[in-house]
Amino acid sequence: MPTVKSLDDLKKIREEALKKQQIKETSGKTEVIVGMGTVGIAAGARETLKAILDMIEKDNLSDIIVRQTGNIGLDSYEPIVQVVLPGQEKVTYGKVNPEMVRRIMKEHVLGGEIVKEYQVES
Amino acid sequence: MRELALHVLDIAENSISAGADEIKIRIEEDLSGDILQIMIEDNGKGMDQETLARVTDPFVTSRTTRKVGLGIPFFKAAAEACDGRLTIHSFPGQGTTIDVIFKHSHIDRMPLGDIVSTLQTLIIGTPDIHWIFEYQFNGYAFIFDDKPIKEAIEGVPLSEPAVMKFIREMLESGIQEARENGIVKAIP
Repeated sequence: MPTVKSLDDLKKIREEALKKQQIKETSGKTEVIVGMGTVGIAAGARETLKAILDMIEKDNLSDIIVRQTGNIGLDSYEPIVQVVLPGQEKVTYGKVNPEMVRRIMKEHVLGGEIVKEYQVES
Repeated sequence: MRELALHVLDIAENSISAGADEIKIRIEEDLSGDILQIMIEDNGKGMDQETLARVTDPFVTSRTTRKVGLGIPFFKAAAEACDGRLTIHSFPGQGTTIDVIFKHSHIDRMPLGDIVSTLQTLIIGTPDIHWIFEYQFNGYAFIFDDKPIKEAIEGVPLSEPAVMKFIREMLESGIQEARENGIVKAIP
């Protein structure tokens, strides 16, 4: 039988996360946005977003906000991922599959270097 | 789209676009009645009769509204191909409810697919929306409401790794448990 989790577990998670946050307070949060319109979904946007979530969970990456948005307006480049580092311009990536996610996360989100090969004009 | 879960995601996106701040997703599998039913209910801005007619008919879509409801005709066709139907109840200012029924055993019925990924996408990707999910299997229900979770983690984002793990495991085990209990119940 799977264990039923309680909200008390979440309170412990919250306390630990807040402790980590206080240390990093000044650096701000990185945002990763995935376009989730009909065209995006049909092109695999859910799997792209899922790969981002899985990597955050598996590699224990805090201070990244993941959002989804409706149609970004670049149908032919779906799935679209946008990365916004604190205080920097939004960078748009096109036709992002789960394998590309790993590189974007590692090089851009964590390393601060834009992955130029995957970049599209938005 | 090859999974019902992807259609659910697409329909829920319409609810988000309609400005809803509370969205309920209900999926029921009833093997004895041979029915798979999906309901998506939102408190968004709703639609007038003209828009309603447009979103269900792929040939009357005007350019300006192309982006909203693009997936509804496909979902409707998929349901109708499986002895089912798709109905929309909507009224300006009163939100929209989409009700889709499939014959569960129909050979052309798409699999439910990865409903956990669909829910994760919605819950974590749109933290300002109150999400309620109900899954029923042969009368056994699992209900997920993200409000108490958000209250318990106040000040911590939903994309915090441990929070995401909590939500994922809660959804996975809840759905699995409803299925296991529902199957036991179905055996006479």
